Amino acid sequence: MENPILKLKNFNVYYDDVRVVNNIDINFEKNKITAIMGPSGCGKTTLLRAINRMHDFTPNARVEGEILLDNEDLNQMDAINVRRKIGMVFQRPNPFPTMSIYDNVISGYKLNGIKLKKAEQDEIVENSLTKSALWKEVKDTLHKRGSFLSGGQQQRLCIARTLAMKPEIILLDEPTSALDPIATQFIEELFLDLKKEVTLILVTHNMSQAARISNDTAFLYLGDLVEFGKTKRMFTTPENKRTEEYLIGKIG
Amino acid sequence: MKESSLKYRQFKDKAFLFAVYSVVAISIIPLFLIIYYISKMGISAINWNFLTTLPKPPGEAGGGMANAIVGTLMLIFTSSIFAIPISIFIGIYLSEYQESKLASIGRYCLEVLQGVPSIVIGIIAYLLFVKPFGGFNALSGALALAMMMIPIIAKTTEETLKLVPLAIKEAAIALGVPYYKVILKVVVPTGLSGIITGIILGIARVAGETAPLLFTAFGNPFMSYNMLKPISSMPLIIFNYSGSPYDDWHAMAWGTSFILLIIVLILNIIAKIIASRWKIQF
Amino acid sequence: MNKDRFYKFILSSSVVVLIALVAVILVLLVENSLMSIKEFSYTMFTKNEWDPVQKSFLLISMPFALFLALFLGEYNTSGYIHNFVKSCVELLAGIPSLIYGFWGLFIFVPMIRDAQMYFGVIPYGVGLLTATLILAIMITPYSASLAQEVIRLVPRDLKEASYALGATRLETIRRIIIPYALSGLFAGVLLSLGRALGETMAVTMVIGNSNFIPKDLFSPANTMSSIIANEFTEATDPLHLSALIEIALILFVTTSVINLLGKYIIKKMVIK
Repeated sequence: MENPILKLKNFNVYYDDVRVVNNIDINFEKNKITAIMGPSGCGKTTLLRAINRMHDFTPNARVEGEILLDNEDLNQMDAINVRRKIGMVFQRPNPFPTMSIYDNVISGYKLNGIKLKKAEQDEIVENSLTKSALWKEVKDTLHKRGSFLSGGQQQRLCIARTLAMKPEIILLDEPTSALDPIATQFIEELFLDLKKEVTLILVTHNMSQAARISNDTAFLYLGDLVEFGKTKRMFTTPENKRTEEYLIGKIG
Repeated sequence: MKESSLKYRQFKDKAFLFAVYSVVAISIIPLFLIIYYISKMGISAINWNFLTTLPKPPGEAGGGMANAIVGTLMLIFTSSIFAIPISIFIGIYLSEYQESKLASIGRYCLEVLQGVPSIVIGIIAYLLFVKPFGGFNALSGALALAMMMIPIIAKTTEETLKLVPLAIKEAAIALGVPYYKVILKVVVPTGLSGIITGIILGIARVAGETAPLLFTAFGNPFMSYNMLKPISSMPLIIFNYSGSPYDDWHAMAWGTSFILLIIVLILNIIAKIIASRWKIQF
Repeated sequence: MNKDRFYKFILSSSVVVLIALVAVILVLLVENSLMSIKEFSYTMFTKNEWDPVQKSFLLISMPFALFLALFLGEYNTSGYIHNFVKSCVELLAGIPSLIYGFWGLFIFVPMIRDAQMYFGVIPYGVGLLTATLILAIMITPYSASLAQEVIRLVPRDLKEASYALGATRLETIRRIIIPYALSGLFAGVLLSLGRALGETMAVTMVIGNSNFIPKDLFSPANTMSSIIANEFTEATDPLHLSALIEIALILFVTTSVINLLGKYIIKKMVIK
């Protein structure tokens, strides 16, 4: 590991007394895409949501262990600051339907009560939309609501909304599972571009997606981290028997 | 770029949470105040005499409201006989033929009927069943109450039956059962708890209704079992006695209020229990 | 006729009876108020001015209802506290109007009277303020349960997106939940207003029944429904009777329009 930005140590997540993520140690590399894959119910989404403390609103969820962001323990930090540093893109595109495209992009600032000058706002909106490859398509309809956008465009709007907050890490929770193949390809290319600036952690149940765009891959099975390593190596010579079985479709 | 401090934002968040909890606490206090006062003043007025004798003129000790209890029971029973079958039929129709024109007009009519102020229902019942027959009568009161029950029961029936999964219906149809039997023997029993909840809520709603009875059942100081003559009822007693200047009549009104409140609360609680315990899992 | 068709016939004729009933209500009210409508032309409509209660009650009731709804629909969506508060709200909504009026007349009115003595205004006790407060207590549970349903319709992923951007709960409520639910909340206000308009017994008992336009909040007043309740059995003059039925017609039309509009808005929101 050359340059880890986020480290999980002895990391556990419980729902009531049921442990759904078992004692995981994992390091995420800076400016890389790390894929987390595994069959449904393996705890991959739970793990992802635990990273930016989305479980604070689930009354029966409990997290144990350390999460270090640049060697700072996130559990000691306020959840709001954590989420500002670690953004998230969800499974289904969820732009705010009551806001225009423009307002959606700067919604993070508005929601956080941060006052910006008009010029600053414009700059952030244009920058973020450019980075999410949506600027050209929406620059003339910025002040309309985003509901007429296609699914893929909506998802890129959500990515722009996340990028606007200049996070260090973006968590991606199966971000293309609700999209068609062309939109998916477009967004995958976008991720490859984005990793120059941010670290991406991608939960996916799509093996070929993990193979196409990730640098490292973690394979989770029933809450255990079965195998973790370079994607290329894992897809060609898996060390663990269960990883191999998953990759050839025996479990899943 | 100006940013308010995190501490301040979290303080506002906590303060709002506190405000929400305080307002909730204040909002439910009236429930306990009402139960407290009505029980305190009402229980002392109630005794065997109160439940079994007829009202006496003001100034004379004793007296009860046996006629009002009988009147209320008769009114509720009669209105249920009118309201329950037709409401259930309407509910079944609305859930079975959801898309039909008749159903959508019927649904609008239910909304309208449910929104009609009870005093207006009273006037309607007066115009329909009192004026043409030349006198106040219990039946007109029961029909007024029935008009108020129909939307409640029909809507709960419709909503419950809509929840019955198509697969259950199809399973029965696949067995070669005629459609009407599928509805009566499979769909309705599956939604029975919901329908019963609706009936109880409908009864609870009309048990305390006064406005529709003012110009229909009217009230009667004597015991009457005749549906074609005026009849007393508990709400009418409370309304008439509370407006009187006599202390012993006020006490009667407290006692009657207590009984009415208990009946209505118990009916509501039963409906809630049936709705949650009896729920059929699909 | 085979059984299936007979069965469908019974069902559909029940619905026809329902529709006929509503039509009969409308026809009867119009027919019986014709005399008054001809006599006074449209002046009766200005009697709406007798209903300041409904407007002032909204100011008190709506904030309470919104907070209750946020409590039940956002902060505590399940568990013991939720069930307890929800049961209390349902029971409050289930208590008959008459009981509220009776309780108001004997417990609340003396309290108001004391307050009026203290402030040196004529201690009627009964009046606009008392009626408004009773109405607020009665209607808040209904408004709250409507608003709660609407708030629950706000998709979870929108709220999560807001939290993921670092917003606090309050910020999410103000900027995401309320704007999303706005049309439904507006419908809730409408429906509550409709409820309050038709509310008769409690208001009749504590408003003091004065046909003069009230000078201030403490004065006795009247509402459309309390006029009917008070005067209908004593109205011997056909014109008086017809005027009262015209008030009933106005009440019927207003509440029907309000109800249909309110339910329509909510239905549209559910589909969205």
